[in-house]
Amino acid sequence: MQELLEILRGLHPDVDFENCKTLIDDKVLDSFDIISIVSEIYEEFDVTISAEYIKPENFNSAEALYSLIRKLEDEE
Amino acid sequence: MQNHILDYLSETVKRKPDKTAFSDGTDALSFQELSDQSRSIGTWLHKEGIYREPVVIFMEKHPKTVAAFLGAVAGGCFYVPVDAEMPAARIDLILENVCARVIICDGSTFEMAGKLRFGGKIVLYDEICRTGIDEQALGGIYDAAVDTDPVYVVFTSGSTGVPKGVTGCHRSVINYIEQLSEILGFGEDSVFGNQTPLYFDASMKEIYPALKFGVTAYLIPKTLFLFPVKLIAFLNEHRINTICWVVSALAMISAFDTFKTILPAYLRTVAFMGEVFPIKQFNRWKDALPEADFVNLYGPTEGTGVCCYYRVKEKLAPGQAMPVGRPFKNTEILLLNEKNERAGEGEEGEICIRGTSLSPGYYNDPVRTEAVFVQNPLNKAYPEKIYRTGDIGRYNENGELMFVSRKDYQIKHMGHRIELGEIEVNVNMLDGVKMSCCIYDQKKSKIVLYYVGEAEERDMAVSLKEKLPRYMMPNRIARLDKMPLTANGKIDRAALQEKVQGK
Repeated sequence: MQELLEILRGLHPDVDFENCKTLIDDKVLDSFDIISIVSEIYEEFDVTISAEYIKPENFNSAEALYSLIRKLEDEE
Repeated sequence: MQNHILDYLSETVKRKPDKTAFSDGTDALSFQELSDQSRSIGTWLHKEGIYREPVVIFMEKHPKTVAAFLGAVAGGCFYVPVDAEMPAARIDLILENVCARVIICDGSTFEMAGKLRFGGKIVLYDEICRTGIDEQALGGIYDAAVDTDPVYVVFTSGSTGVPKGVTGCHRSVINYIEQLSEILGFGEDSVFGNQTPLYFDASMKEIYPALKFGVTAYLIPKTLFLFPVKLIAFLNEHRINTICWVVSALAMISAFDTFKTILPAYLRTVAFMGEVFPIKQFNRWKDALPEADFVNLYGPTEGTGVCCYYRVKEKLAPGQAMPVGRPFKNTEILLLNEKNERAGEGEEGEICIRGTSLSPGYYNDPVRTEAVFVQNPLNKAYPEKIYRTGDIGRYNENGELMFVSRKDYQIKHMGHRIELGEIEVNVNMLDGVKMSCCIYDQKKSKIVLYYVGEAEERDMAVSLKEKLPRYMMPNRIARLDKMPLTANGKIDRAALQEKVQGK
């Protein structure tokens, strides 16, 4: 989880990623961020998030994103 | 001869009053509604005595926003679109430049508008769009219009920190729409999917052809561009067959392997602009839609929309560059070398534009206008302006124009045109910053900001968000102990560029 939070903070140092649950709903993340997050998750966790998982509910919070990474890791 | 952009609408509304003109998937306006509401807005402006002056439209992406644009024109004025994505400080600079007397808002922007440095009237679209239409007044305004009157002023990044307002006039817009429609094969069966925000001239690609052909343009909600599968599903649901998007929006879809999950079922024309299409991503699109027409578009806002095109018929080999191509009919590209002569074969030169597509200049800004809208150096006989784009190009062996580089520090980032200088000016104004320099990491498409000073990186991001639009925010901020300098004391950009690459 720490690694993921670091990736996110790298994009927006001013956002409280531990508690924010509305990263998409409140437009905290934009399309550039999504691209960066997916590519950095690939580098850090060696997990490919394919298009079908790029959905609002998976990106609304760091927690949701982290459980997605876990799930994809288990599948591999 | 058509000399007014509203002629497109007044012809179409007779033929197809009930057809949907603009929709965002939830809300829609038919051509009749669009026509009525825009004429109501025009009448309201007339009653207020607002004529031949800017009307600021501060509304979110919605069919009504288009009606507000056209309403400004119906009232003999021109529209200046601003957006809630722009920080208030930037909107204030725009308002200061245009000196408008009225801002038209919607429910979502009304509160923010009240906080702007603005002494004029702030009105709600929904309150003025039902004004009884005064046909006679609107007819008089229409008859008095000439095709060199402005239609809009849209703002683009300026290296001094103050955005530049590019004006566009009727005849340039008509010229653009006619040429673009022919090149991209628009027609009565087109269904448009608009991507670009309405505060850019790029959105004209859908707005005016929809009026011209009496077809529907879907204003695709911005959040869909974060979620490629949902985005393609939207295209399919509405049978969208024609898109003109910035490259980054297309590349995101293909980069995520979206086509393994869902394919666009109706797309037949895919035009793109704003930056260079990465070959790998382009080829994925070509594989996914082998029958579609792919067209690369090029052109600055000062040339009203785009003015060059290249039809990409085959997949490209790795390392192969995609040409800018050839100018639209009725536009000439002059490639001028440093001696202000036509560049020879294979020689690099500055891309300059000549013809009706030329903007009359920057609004309320003679100094910056004169710097780039200049007398054609090849013509000594009579006054004739060309626009110097600052883009360096050359012709390839097929006589097609190729983009080489920029003369200055302007970049294209996620389809947006940005002056790195504008970011630096805003950074340098922050407390605790002594010196700063922005570098663009082309490879990773990231704006990297280096600065010297006691300010914390985190605080920098917070304060910058109040000054810069989202797309201009540095993607990485790094504090340096000392700025590398060249022998004559200037910031050593080359050294910083190397630092970015090394990282």
